[in-house]
Amino acid sequence: MKILVLISNVPDTTTKIRFTGDNTSFDDAGVQWIINPWDELALTRAMELKEAGGVDTITVANVGEKSTEPTLRKALAVGADDAIRIDAPAKDAFFVAAQLAEVAKGYDLILAGIEASDYNGNAVGGMLAEILDFNSVSAVSGINIEGDSFKVNREIDGGSQVLTISGPLVAIVQKGIAKEPRIPAMRGIMMARKKPLVVAPPVDAHEKTQFVNFELPPPKAACKMVDEENAKEIITLLHEEAKVL
Amino acid sequence: MSILVYTENWDGKFKKLSFELVSYAAAIAKEMGSTVTALSVGNVADDELNKLGNYGAAKILTVNDDRFSTLDNRALAKAVVAAAQNETAKIVIFANNNLGKAIAPRVSVVLQAGLVGGVMALPVTFDPFVVKKKVFTGKAFANVKFDTDVKVITLAQNSYDLVETENNATIEAFNPDIADSVFATSVSETNKVTGQVLLSDAEIVISGGRGMKSGDNWGGLEELADLLNAGMACSRPVSDEGWRPHSEHVGQTGKIIAPNIYFAFGISGAIQHLGGVSSSKIIVAINKDAEAPIFETADYGIIGDVNKVIPQLIEGVKEM
Ligand SMILES: Cc1cc2nc3c(=O)[nH]c(=O)nc-3n(C[C@H](O)[C@H](O)[C@H](O)COP(=O)(O)OP(=O)(O)OC[C@H]3O[C@@H](n4cnc5c(N)ncnc54)[C@H](O)[C@@H]3O)c2cc1C
Repeated sequence: MKILVLISNVPDTTTKIRFTGDNTSFDDAGVQWIINPWDELALTRAMELKEAGGVDTITVANVGEKSTEPTLRKALAVGADDAIRIDAPAKDAFFVAAQLAEVAKGYDLILAGIEASDYNGNAVGGMLAEILDFNSVSAVSGINIEGDSFKVNREIDGGSQVLTISGPLVAIVQKGIAKEPRIPAMRGIMMARKKPLVVAPPVDAHEKTQFVNFELPPPKAACKMVDEENAKEIITLLHEEAKVL
Repeated sequence: MSILVYTENWDGKFKKLSFELVSYAAAIAKEMGSTVTALSVGNVADDELNKLGNYGAAKILTVNDDRFSTLDNRALAKAVVAAAQNETAKIVIFANNNLGKAIAPRVSVVLQAGLVGGVMALPVTFDPFVVKKKVFTGKAFANVKFDTDVKVITLAQNSYDLVETENNATIEAFNPDIADSVFATSVSETNKVTGQVLLSDAEIVISGGRGMKSGDNWGGLEELADLLNAGMACSRPVSDEGWRPHSEHVGQTGKIIAPNIYFAFGISGAIQHLGGVSSSKIIVAINKDAEAPIFETADYGIIGDVNKVIPQLIEGVKEM
């Protein structure tokens, strides 16, 4: 079995967000880049499945410019066997999915994160599945291999389910898929340098949406404080002042 | 030409969010001189279906086919596509929940439509068609323009109020004609959360963090939630420790919620936590540390010990 894990390169989650060019683009000056938190969990689960046997290789793929390579190297250091970078800026979800579709054929299981923590699109995995005409399950919080099929836990609105589904499968994963993301060990970092990182040219595809501009939320009014001894007052304020109770 | 809305029912009853989606679609339809078609998949009685008309659906397509009960993503997407083509829909609207996120991307590919997820309000402009959404987990907003004739939107929860209108709806059975071989999902177990307010539906949310000290200290918060008909939430370390179930974890890597009131008890207000709750209308923070970052985001605050504050709040609510 071959697993492909989609990797999005995103700003560290503590990054202070700023924009440039009259608020038309994200200011990446001084930003630390990380593997999208859900993709990191997906990779961790892929490693666990491989260690349990039955998985031959784990490949990671990213659509991005050369600047995203350190993030792919990190994924290799965590334990992926090889990496593919499709050499194009990630324009929109459809553009990215169309690029990934070119390299994603031939895998039995594709793991995608439920969203990227930058533009919060939650779309690439589902689009990729449709382009390839693969099965997909979203909001996956657990996955195991059962022969040619997969046993999957997924969250539904107001509950959870256990299901079986055949491959090739795109599993769009969320919290619970793995407990703690794996951190690369020194040995992994050394080995990652020698692992293959293939750069593939992009295919012709058109984005379907464009960012016009960005806005920062308006500054918040100061927090109104109530004394600890007088805590009940909060209920009155919510009722009479904020009128939400 | 029409606007298609994918509605969701629970054991034959529509959720409030479906009425929100229809109200939202009706407002767009009015602006564009179009009409709203609501798609309902599952066994829903006519008088329940008819309720969609109260919020502006002109036509209701009902797919009463048990095979869809497994929520097979590929099959459901094909059904929505068939309905969109049948109605020559220019806009297809889903909720930005688990099911909407699962199906909308697939539908957008077949319809060659742009997709914007988590839209917060009515379009900013109609020509060009620009919508607003949150980015960077709530730290900023983006205006996004569609370059396509057909558009797919998922609407963020609690972002549009219900608007009732005169009901002129017609109900039609619809058969999307999907072959058995498409259905690949076989569900062996379903656990529905019962007897408590669903976090995603809750208008008031009571949330606890590491400041609650142990999993055994949640009695007061549960009582408060009961009194206020509120949902329960927690910070990530709390669910990691197993003090509370994972389904209650809110934040960047958990659920994203937007209730009217979010009560944060013993939560420091880390940026990743705020990412999941910053759209709440009112945030109330209780923390013993005056420097805790949660107070920068909160609307009301108490610097104090949760153990002293919780009983007083319970008393306050009882006196209301
Ligand atoms: C990639 C990434 C993703 C993350 N995603 C999430 C996420 O989705 N959700 C999330 O919550 N976190 C997330 N985190 C973790 C986040 O950074 C914080 O560590 C976490 O939110 C802290 O939880 P807390 O506020 O409960 O605990 P703490 O930060 O330990 O805060 C406890 C607070 O309780 C107060 N306190 C203690 N005792 C009392 C008392 N008796 N009375 C009143 N107050 C008291 C303390 O003053 C303190 O402010 C993420 C982190 C990373 C790196």
